[in-house]
Amino acid sequence: MTESPPPVVEMRGISLAFPGVKALQDVDFRLFPGEVHALMGENGAGKSTLIKTLTGVHRPDGGQVVLGGDEVAFTSPGEAQHAGISTVYQEVNLCANLTVAENILLGREPRRFGGIDFPAMRKRAKEVLARIGVHIDPASSLGEHPIAVQQLVAIARAIAIDCRVLVLDEPTSSLDAGEVAELFRIMRVLRDEGVAILFVSHFLDQVYEISDRMTVLRNGALVGEHLTADVDRRTLIAQMIGRDLGALEAIEDAAEKRHPDGPVLVHASGLGRRGAIDPFDLEIRAGEVVGLAGLLGSGRTELARLLFGADRADSGRLLVDGAPLRLRGPRSAIAAGIAFSSEDRKGEGLVADLSIRDNLVLAMQAARGWTRPLPRRTKDQLVEKYLKALDIRPANPDALVRTLSGGNQQKVLLARWLVTEPRLLILDEPTRGIDIGAKAQIQQLVTTLAAEGTAVLFISAELEEVVRISDRIVVLRDRRKIAELDGSTTGVDEVVELIAGGAAPEKVVS
Amino acid sequence: MTTLAPRVPSRFLPVLATVALFVIAFGVGSARYDGFASGQVIANLFIDNAFLIVLAAGMTFVILSGGIDLSVGSVVALSTMVTASGLQAGWPVSLVIVAVLLIGSTLGLLMGLVIHKFDIQPFIVTLAGMFLARGLCFVISVESVSIKDRTFRDVATAAIRLPGGVTITYNVVIALLVVAAAMHVLHRTRFGRTVYAVGGSESSALLMGLPTTRVKVGVYVISGLCSSLAGLLFSLYMLSGYGLHAVGMELDAIAAVVIGGTLLAGGVGYVLGGLVGVLVLGTIQTLISFQGTLSSWWTKIVIGVLLLVFIAVQRTMVRR
Repeated sequence: MTESPPPVVEMRGISLAFPGVKALQDVDFRLFPGEVHALMGENGAGKSTLIKTLTGVHRPDGGQVVLGGDEVAFTSPGEAQHAGISTVYQEVNLCANLTVAENILLGREPRRFGGIDFPAMRKRAKEVLARIGVHIDPASSLGEHPIAVQQLVAIARAIAIDCRVLVLDEPTSSLDAGEVAELFRIMRVLRDEGVAILFVSHFLDQVYEISDRMTVLRNGALVGEHLTADVDRRTLIAQMIGRDLGALEAIEDAAEKRHPDGPVLVHASGLGRRGAIDPFDLEIRAGEVVGLAGLLGSGRTELARLLFGADRADSGRLLVDGAPLRLRGPRSAIAAGIAFSSEDRKGEGLVADLSIRDNLVLAMQAARGWTRPLPRRTKDQLVEKYLKALDIRPANPDALVRTLSGGNQQKVLLARWLVTEPRLLILDEPTRGIDIGAKAQIQQLVTTLAAEGTAVLFISAELEEVVRISDRIVVLRDRRKIAELDGSTTGVDEVVELIAGGAAPEKVVS
Repeated sequence: MTTLAPRVPSRFLPVLATVALFVIAFGVGSARYDGFASGQVIANLFIDNAFLIVLAAGMTFVILSGGIDLSVGSVVALSTMVTASGLQAGWPVSLVIVAVLLIGSTLGLLMGLVIHKFDIQPFIVTLAGMFLARGLCFVISVESVSIKDRTFRDVATAAIRLPGGVTITYNVVIALLVVAAAMHVLHRTRFGRTVYAVGGSESSALLMGLPTTRVKVGVYVISGLCSSLAGLLFSLYMLSGYGLHAVGMELDAIAAVVIGGTLLAGGVGYVLGGLVGVLVLGTIQTLISFQGTLSSWWTKIVIGVLLLVFIAVQRTMVRR
């Protein structure tokens, strides 16, 4: 890289504390025009907090933010946007009840005669969408579109203004490979136009493919700033997690050593629901990890929801311990020892405004009924046990779940189900959007659980992970079960082949 | 697959259902009673409910933003009281109008600011506002004060002739103007669309850089303004001011808005829905008075049932 122009953003000595958590401590950060800068770190390292400090959501307790040579102190995201900082957040933060065009242009829509000029707005939205290669009706409601498309709409909103700084906080976690490639193409175009792009992703491949420079954070503190070309992966990972990375390899060994031959716990025959998933047969044994592989929208979550009773099956039957079980809803599933950790941890999993302790005991208390409250001491023991077992940070049972990072929220959600000691644990994308260290911990936990006799149904978009961890792999395509493979002898390529299966892979964007 | 939108977007369905309900209710009346299907009966629906139409328009803003305003009935009463006693004291009509509108919007502003600054549920703040406004009525006078002002009475009794021998009052014209203005603001301006955004997801709206504070406070100012205007219309309708006027009217307004297809959770609905909601309520009332043998409280029973049905229908639609 040649000599750079002065940085467009310079953050010096940023510190920020939340109740019970020191989120950022004396962090420096520079962002140059015309570069893609990756912000790296584990969950809870402070990436999102640093971003929110830059974009005016949080105000730092100390330090200064300099934008284009002037010191700034944004008090709202609106001000930051006005100054040319656009942000796309990890969770889609748009309004599903409005149209696509409104979501892109609201707050800066073309106006005429004292009102919004809707035709002009739709035209402008169409242009912006076309710039990033998305062709959907701007007048349709945002809520009608799948999450991946909503994410692209969020990006369209970010680039609809002339932004100097574009912040992408894990924009790729809900996109498929083709959409990621498309996003990278757009990012390169914007970078070449001189936009400074701040990029956060847990996929190292993506980081190495797209970024020019990176800043590494750990536990709210700065570890270092490097040119991407200067750091190899091992060094980077060591910097991020601050410890050795033998854990992942150990998991694979464990998976290969296990030979589950426990009794059949759950047997589904011809179970299906029209429009969600075609009838399928599935056997899960105690102590077995069954992986579900398939593309976004292939029916992975739908299958899991049928087993949990979250949706009612309209054909087939379900045997638990050899006896037929009619699931009238999640309650009866929970009573039968089935737990379901949702992929939508924000919407369907946790109560954000309660403490870690309260979230943990929620499911257990529900199972006991309100007439038999848990004694405080039992609660404390449970909470302490799982805080430690899952390495939840901060290890403060009274911290509000809202203030935790994504990975730690996921761990709390997991812990909540583990408290009920389920016999079948369904994990829907437990590792999405979390870093490599937490991933390893969660995978480790799954193998430990299986060794103790729990049956696990493991759903993940990351095939390596599914293949590494599963005893058996069920492959889904177009809402149909198409194959069942032995996990110990199957490789990733074989699964990819099956998923691709001759037919073109499903594409969400038309 | 994403480009294939249904012919009628699902967001219009609740409003269309309400329109259908109105047509059915009116059709039943026309079939059963002579003279029901006349232009004047329709005109009377508007005349007798002009104030409610205005209230519903204001309430639509609040409910769309995800809030609720329980104070509107009391503000109507307070407005009638200020109007009647002001005129009795010999104030000019224009001054009375300005004073009333100012009081209503100031009350709304105060409630909005409290809701926003202290982050308190709108329910409780506007409940407090409801008691406050109702109490203020009796500070002015515990008796009913009749309005004898000449101009005021002239406006109240003036009839506008429409083709076909149908007459309406100025109240109706004002109410329809308010609806038109509300439709423009809500559906066609940045402020209005931000109301929808805030109702859809407040945190998203904030992250999108929208002026959520202005909107959250603004809807209560608008509702307060509409309430005081409705109070003026109510004064014209009753020609008196009284602290016990419009008891429970806030609930009629909320019912009309909800029956009109506006989601209580916020973010979904139309001004026109509230108008049709009021017409449905009015039609039921008219049906029962034509029927003759039923007491007027049957109106309440029917409204109660309708409200339940509509909320249940909305619920199932949102789930899908």
